Amino acid sequence: MTDRVEISLQVNGVRHSLSIRPWRTLLEVLREELALTGTKRSCGEGQCGACTVLVDGNAVNACMYLALEALGRDVRTIEGPAQGDAALDAIQRSFVDKGAVQCGFCTPGMVMATRALLQDNPLPDEDAIREALVGHLCRCTGYVQIVEAIQDAAAKLAGCAERAHE
Amino acid sequence: MSEERYGDYDVIGRPMPKKDGLHKASGRAQYADDIAMPGMLHGKLLRSPHPHARILNIDAARALALPGVRAVVTGRDFPGIHYGNLPQTRDYLPLALDKVRYIGEEVAAVAAVDEDTAEEALERIEVEYEPLPAVFDMDEALQPGAPQLHGASPGNVSARSAYHFGDVDAALRLAAHVREDLFETQPVKQGMLEPHACVGLWEQPGKATLWACKMSPYVVWRQLAMGLGMALGDVRVVQTYVGGGFSGGKQEAMPMDFCAVVLSRRTGRPVKFVHTMDEVLTIGHMRHPMRIRLRTGTDREGRILAQDCYLLANGGAYSSIGGFSIFLAGAMINLPYRVPNMRYQAQRIYTNNGFCGALRGHTVVQICYARESQLERIAEDLAIDPVALRLRNAVQPGEVTPNGFRVGTFAFRECIEKVVEASGWRAKRGSLPAFRGIGLGCGAHLSGARLMGHSASVAEIRVQEDGTVYLSTGSTDVGQGVETAMAMIAAEVLGVGVDDIRCTRVDTESTPVDPGTFGSRVTLFTGNAVKRAAQEARAQLARIAADKLGVDAADLAFRRHEIFSRSNPKLRMGLKEAVRWGAFQLGQMVTGRGVYAAGDEKIDFRTGYGNLSPAYNPSACVAEVEVEPETGRVTLLGFWGADDSGFPINPLAVRGQVIGAAVMSIGHALFENLVRVQGQVMNPSLRDYKMPLATDLPKLGNFHHYNIVTEDPEGPFGAKEAGQGAGTGVVAALAYAIRDATGLPMNRLPLSPQNILLALMRARDAQGEAG
Ligand code: FES
Ligand code: FES
Repeated sequence: MTDRVEISLQVNGVRHSLSIRPWRTLLEVLREELALTGTKRSCGEGQCGACTVLVDGNAVNACMYLALEALGRDVRTIEGPAQGDAALDAIQRSFVDKGAVQCGFCTPGMVMATRALLQDNPLPDEDAIREALVGHLCRCTGYVQIVEAIQDAAAKLAGCAERAHE
Repeated sequence: MSEERYGDYDVIGRPMPKKDGLHKASGRAQYADDIAMPGMLHGKLLRSPHPHARILNIDAARALALPGVRAVVTGRDFPGIHYGNLPQTRDYLPLALDKVRYIGEEVAAVAAVDEDTAEEALERIEVEYEPLPAVFDMDEALQPGAPQLHGASPGNVSARSAYHFGDVDAALRLAAHVREDLFETQPVKQGMLEPHACVGLWEQPGKATLWACKMSPYVVWRQLAMGLGMALGDVRVVQTYVGGGFSGGKQEAMPMDFCAVVLSRRTGRPVKFVHTMDEVLTIGHMRHPMRIRLRTGTDREGRILAQDCYLLANGGAYSSIGGFSIFLAGAMINLPYRVPNMRYQAQRIYTNNGFCGALRGHTVVQICYARESQLERIAEDLAIDPVALRLRNAVQPGEVTPNGFRVGTFAFRECIEKVVEASGWRAKRGSLPAFRGIGLGCGAHLSGARLMGHSASVAEIRVQEDGTVYLSTGSTDVGQGVETAMAMIAAEVLGVGVDDIRCTRVDTESTPVDPGTFGSRVTLFTGNAVKRAAQEARAQLARIAADKLGVDAADLAFRRHEIFSRSNPKLRMGLKEAVRWGAFQLGQMVTGRGVYAAGDEKIDFRTGYGNLSPAYNPSACVAEVEVEPETGRVTLLGFWGADDSGFPINPLAVRGQVIGAAVMSIGHALFENLVRVQGQVMNPSLRDYKMPLATDLPKLGNFHHYNIVTEDPEGPFGAKEAGQGAGTGVVAALAYAIRDATGLPMNRLPLSPQNILLALMRARDAQGEAG
């Protein structure tokens, strides 16, 4: 078809060759072409953060990001390998243990946002955590247990990093 | 009521991470929109641009000519059978037939190879409308000569509720103080992040299957069969993971559900529908906006002698569950207080707006806002401490209210005392700096309603030879953690771990029938059924083990996968061994069935009398705010809540529920408002429909919630509800804190910057004139 373009997209370390219509968002391509449905579709207009993925380490709303913009970049989603990726694992674990997951629809986006936050700021204070969540809605938890989970994950990861240095 | 009490058990009473938590946190949980089937088509709904119009003709030829479009259906493709939640209020159709009654009502649906094509096809469907006069305001709708929405409901009265206990007029004549106030509340949306979604599949010779994110799949099952004119046995509803519900469209069958199935029949392919957020916010399903006129008489010490309430609810174009909504507001007007005389008159009005129904806290939230705000005013009038006024009127455990509620455990006093102490109320009240304020709000809720229709819950258990347990119920986990709580109850009884319990999600072909998740019923109703099912399975295991060990079955205890004699703990066998012995040698499968039917008492909806719920839970909270006089902006500085949710089966989940409920009510009080002009929603996006963000709330050090632990004899292990009650007093607490900060009457919601600024300016003008 004439309206399609051939692209190659690197997602979670794997290269995919795809033929897509150029106006498809990264969210649509992830969910529909690559069956990576862990990234959620909610508001579709950059307001809720449920679709958050990492592009070159930065958290972006995949619903507002054209798949074409991701060419040559490193895209990471919630399905990204958790083994060997202590950060993602610890964050997920803390979310579950601290009760930060209720319906779970905001959770993948929250986890990815946390990952981006902790990369930049390994021990954020509460204000920094709340600031980082400002583009993320959660209707279930009232955020208290999410903030606690992020604090918990940060503390655990900082502990790991310290031990690694010793 | 100490911490140790949690420790009497092996499993329950301890914080337990959700069973499905990691599944969700790793993106593997499959929600309805995540389903993909071979050959699946995508559906879209065409909506009415008119608030009220006759449909003269629908021409889909141009849509069908578009490449990729597979089918279009209209109201004519359904049998024209109305369906609904209550027998007397069936006014829904799968798609509009000859009339539309609000902007956004579904008139046609298309199935196409992808969403873009389906969207494009909608624009090519030509609908010829004859616009009719429309009415949006409740008072106008009640006028003679107003446009009429439904022929069967002359005068636009969708539902009425009226009852009278005691003698209100006599009591008001005797009262030392009588106060009348008017309160107005706004429409508020459920706001769940997961939009409604479903996949329909038609299989020959005539069977419909629907996968959907439903809170009450069996309600959907019945409504789907009714609206399709099919036998129940030919309809199957399978529940997916639910990305938040809070009632509304996930409680009922929606147009998309009917259309998915019928378009699948047309095309021979599975058909998926997903609402956009714009659609979610435009269609019906929201909290009823209300006008509440409340008159309360007290004696000189502030003892309530009578309450007289007249309530109007703007129901929008259809009934939804509205008949029950307005009943409930009146039924809960008194709790948590002792009110010897009460009278309630309410009408739900049809207007050409999106329709209203249930939402977390249902109508208890609005009525608590009105009552609590007025109690504060009464305390002011009589110069009584507002805390003392509440305590003086508090319902005590074991009381029976005039409308027949038999209150069991009810730690209301403890809730109030806890939040007063934790918030520093005594030191702060009256001594905060300018534009700072503090307010108290109280409420109560039900642990499930006894309805005339389907009330009972059933659980089925099968213990496997490897010691794992299959637990099947008809209840749904919508994020509140039912699956984990039910598994904890079963694990406690059987002496196994929570991980050993395998829970099912609802499939109407295999799980036990159940009313579903609403009205805070699941922990109590389904929890009791699960406990009984587990007890039955345990009794079977005990008989098998007693036989093998040569002891009395009554002497056996179950712990850590073992069955042992209490009098001689050396006599023991593994749970697995008992299951195997039963299955292999005795031909006995270990199964259990449990039922909870909430007793045979039923509430009489005509008189309003009856014990509406098996258990009631009170709550109290204090909010501290700062108001910026230049902008009207409110900063919530601190929040302290306490809730008597009985014995917490899973304290981790209970905490999440009570905080979540409180924050939802904070949104209701401060920001949320579905703005409609001539029936058109003006803010159908999450940018403009404001819900609380992490930065809108107090920091962890100033945001606390306390469980007041009681053990209610009706609840499983003493548990009551936790998901709604904690939100009921919150709106009033905020309204009063703002009044404390500004001196303004806060009789109208939301307490948004615009409304506060306007009130401040009016007050200044009035002062200027007076000066
Ligand atoms: S779906 Fe992308 S921000 Fe809401
Ligand atoms: S857990 Fe449901 S939206 Fe966050």
